[in-house]
Amino acid sequence: MKKEITVTINGEKHTATVEPRTLLVHLIREHLRLTGTHIGCDTSNCGACTILVNGKSIKSCTMLAIQADGKEIITVEGLATTEGLHPIQEGFKENHGLHCGYCTPGMMMRAVELLADNPNPTEEEIRWGISGNLCRCTGYNNIVKAIQYAGAKMRGETLPSTEPEFV
Amino acid sequence: MIQCKTSKEIGGMGHSIKRKEDARFIQGKGHYVDDIQLPGMLHMDIVRSPYAYAKIKSINAEAALKIPGVIAVVTGKDLEKYNLHWMPTLMSDTQMVLPTDTVMYQAQEVAAVIATDRYAARDGKEAVMVEYEPMKPVIDPHKSLDPNAPVLRTDKPGKTDNHIWHWEVGDKEATEKVFAGADVVVKEQMHIPRIHVASIETCGCVADYDKVNNHLTMYMTTQAPHAIRTVIALVAGHVGLTEEKVRVISPDIGGGFGGKVPVYPGYVIAIAVSFLVGKPVKWVEDRSENLQADSFARDYHITAEMAGTKDGKILATRFKVLADHGYTDASANPSKFPTGLFSIGTGSYDYGTAFMEADAVYTNKPPGGVAYRCSFRVTEAVHAIERMTDRFAFEVGKDPAQLRMENFIKKDQFPWKSPTGWEYDSGDYHAGLQKAMDAIDYDGLRKEQAEKRKRGELMGIGISTFTEIVGAGPSKDFDILGIKMFDSAEIRVHPTGKAIARFGTKSQGQGHETTYAQIIAEELGIPAEHIQIEEGDTDTAPYGLGTYASRSTPTAGAAAAVAARKLRDKARKIAAYLLEVSEEDLEWEPGKFSVKGAPEKSKTIQEIVFAAYTNHPQGMEAGFEATHYYDPPNLTFPSGAYICVVDLDKETGEIKVRRFVAIDDCGHIINPMIVQGQVHGGLTQGLAPAMYESLIYDEDGNILNGTFMDYLVPTAVESPSWETGHTVTPSPHHPIGAKGVGESPTVGAPPAIVNAIVDALSHLGVTHIDIPVTPFKVWKILKEKGVA
Repeated sequence: MKKEITVTINGEKHTATVEPRTLLVHLIREHLRLTGTHIGCDTSNCGACTILVNGKSIKSCTMLAIQADGKEIITVEGLATTEGLHPIQEGFKENHGLHCGYCTPGMMMRAVELLADNPNPTEEEIRWGISGNLCRCTGYNNIVKAIQYAGAKMRGETLPSTEPEFV
Repeated sequence: MIQCKTSKEIGGMGHSIKRKEDARFIQGKGHYVDDIQLPGMLHMDIVRSPYAYAKIKSINAEAALKIPGVIAVVTGKDLEKYNLHWMPTLMSDTQMVLPTDTVMYQAQEVAAVIATDRYAARDGKEAVMVEYEPMKPVIDPHKSLDPNAPVLRTDKPGKTDNHIWHWEVGDKEATEKVFAGADVVVKEQMHIPRIHVASIETCGCVADYDKVNNHLTMYMTTQAPHAIRTVIALVAGHVGLTEEKVRVISPDIGGGFGGKVPVYPGYVIAIAVSFLVGKPVKWVEDRSENLQADSFARDYHITAEMAGTKDGKILATRFKVLADHGYTDASANPSKFPTGLFSIGTGSYDYGTAFMEADAVYTNKPPGGVAYRCSFRVTEAVHAIERMTDRFAFEVGKDPAQLRMENFIKKDQFPWKSPTGWEYDSGDYHAGLQKAMDAIDYDGLRKEQAEKRKRGELMGIGISTFTEIVGAGPSKDFDILGIKMFDSAEIRVHPTGKAIARFGTKSQGQGHETTYAQIIAEELGIPAEHIQIEEGDTDTAPYGLGTYASRSTPTAGAAAAVAARKLRDKARKIAAYLLEVSEEDLEWEPGKFSVKGAPEKSKTIQEIVFAAYTNHPQGMEAGFEATHYYDPPNLTFPSGAYICVVDLDKETGEIKVRRFVAIDDCGHIINPMIVQGQVHGGLTQGLAPAMYESLIYDEDGNILNGTFMDYLVPTAVESPSWETGHTVTPSPHHPIGAKGVGESPTVGAPPAIVNAIVDALSHLGVTHIDIPVTPFKVWKILKEKGVA
């Protein structure tokens, strides 16, 4: 009944034997022990489990592990390199784009694809673009700022101020 | 502009330094309960009741036990053998861990399946056969006290009805007198509906009992690890789990908002099973279980009345509450406060007469009564007073901003004794509202509204000027299960002048690792970046009551400052010794003591600390550490002035929050970036119940929106771009003048939004709409009034 699959995660090839019903998120979290990808719901609404599969942001609770056979996966653990943080990570840190950190990995993975599709999004495009990811802590203002910051960094532009406008 | 006393390098109070904790979270290196995997760990899943009220005829686990990987099915009868089938609640009521004969709400735990992996446990759960005999439930709290309503708590000997308690505060007769003689009396019925905190991480635990050492390590999603450990020891001491044999670890928590204060049956079952089988047991609920069974918040039915003069002076208020507690009172309140701090409901206004009363009833709904980012029922109180203030302004024909300005307690009236017995520490309500009005151009908006109204367009402006009450609390009145609600800090400075500090609180995203370091940096001049903060491990942290109700800064934050000041006193002695002068000849500036009049003669805090380990004066205790347990002399009273502008679509009832300005006053600000972040988040959690969220039950007690498909947590699209600012009125009794802020916006935002929507419709004779105010509710009103 179990099936052997091979996936490339964050550049490394992994072979695993899974039940056909095993969810991709469980493969990632429990078989491969990459626990940065989180689970926040059971109806594909919250987006805490968002990862990139062949460059597309996917809610990994809604995909079977066997469907990922042969695919290239990037999780939050694959964002930073030896050179340093990914611009989206820097954006979240510099702009206070996270509180409890639970939605953050999924939110960042979604933002990576958003910026790949639309390198200079408007605030409204960002808000709609992350509307499949729920955050309960931040009220989203600073997540929007974090994504704008990452966009500017990736475009090589002057970085927006990270001082809070709290006067 | 916030003035900082320390340099940016030291990073004390007022600096927007970036959060220390973020480095791990942005790399996916946070460590939450579900990330824990221990060797031999078993998984637990829970069979839940499909009925709101039913007799359990039988539980058949035969098929479940045949599933590969399933090793046990635990029922209430099993726990009964160890007298573990019931547990006490925080409000001295009792709650089933697992039922032996009757289920009292839909989604109640019925049996637990233990298996070698998550999937087998779920298979086992599906295979457990339970035979029920459904009974007619009591769902509507208004019918709960009917003489013919079934008595739900038959487990309580002599109980003849569904009444839990009656509570009252204020002067009933004086209030009646004022109401009888008042020019104007306004009255509204309002329901503050049942909602759910829905932190993105659900609740869960890993109970790891080591039989050989007779030791339990309990990793759990708890906001109050010390209290949990004490409770475990009190309940399980007789089987050998005395307090030193129990270690509770609260790792990173993915949002709490009060929902991770209570003890849920799942935790207790996991401990019991681990104790019996000697292996670690993991239980993590899924989202639907979390929404359907874990603690609700609110659910107050309020009859609110205000009396005043015809020219707009508030004279008295009277609130009567019917509180739906579900089948047991499991509220997370301080013991002496069955309605929490609802009695703050006289608000920011200068009047001397009020009466409030509440009756709590049992129904066949899940138990709870937690905060949802609120200090013990303050949100309900603020909704009532802020709605009624608008209602009264409308009745007497006054602008609601003007009426508020005329009724505010003035800043020189503090400390102010409220008619319900509180002593407000400080406030400047006029300044806050004026700042909000200037920021949003209030007068311009009123002109725009008048013009739009002429054209038949619907636009509304809503104000909320609330007073919060946080920082529970002074030991005279505040305890949980008898444990006083102080909190603690322990600072240990290493020989090279870097420090570790530990606290009895537990961050769930509030940024304690950064802000506590800033408080200590402010007091000692050690750079915040060199101060490591730890919380959440009962083996290492000093005792405290945890983080909820915006209490961390008022209690543990104060403890940090006082402990640091003890160290500064010691530093002064060492500096005097090193500089060979008397202590009085020294003066302090952040980071060093120098000799008065000879500033070149000085010792840095780092030199002083090194001397504490290498060259301390004879007779002085070596080392450099201090602990303080802070018992606050009073609560703190943050405040805010919020103004919301809405546009309503006449044809569809759609509500657009066009602008929302929030001016908060939380006293001295530790980190403006973090305070602003807390305000943003709290505002979205205020928008949520105002427009989107409520847990809905049908007459049979079925929950109609128990998943994230239909329980509407706002996304970035619904959430407007918040505009924030502050005023600073320090708390006179708090060591650093801070007050707490995390919940203010959730408390203050809903009435601002509802007041705006009602304001947009007020010319049609609309005086109140219950939250959540949905487009459908607005559309129905517009249809009735012949507008849509």
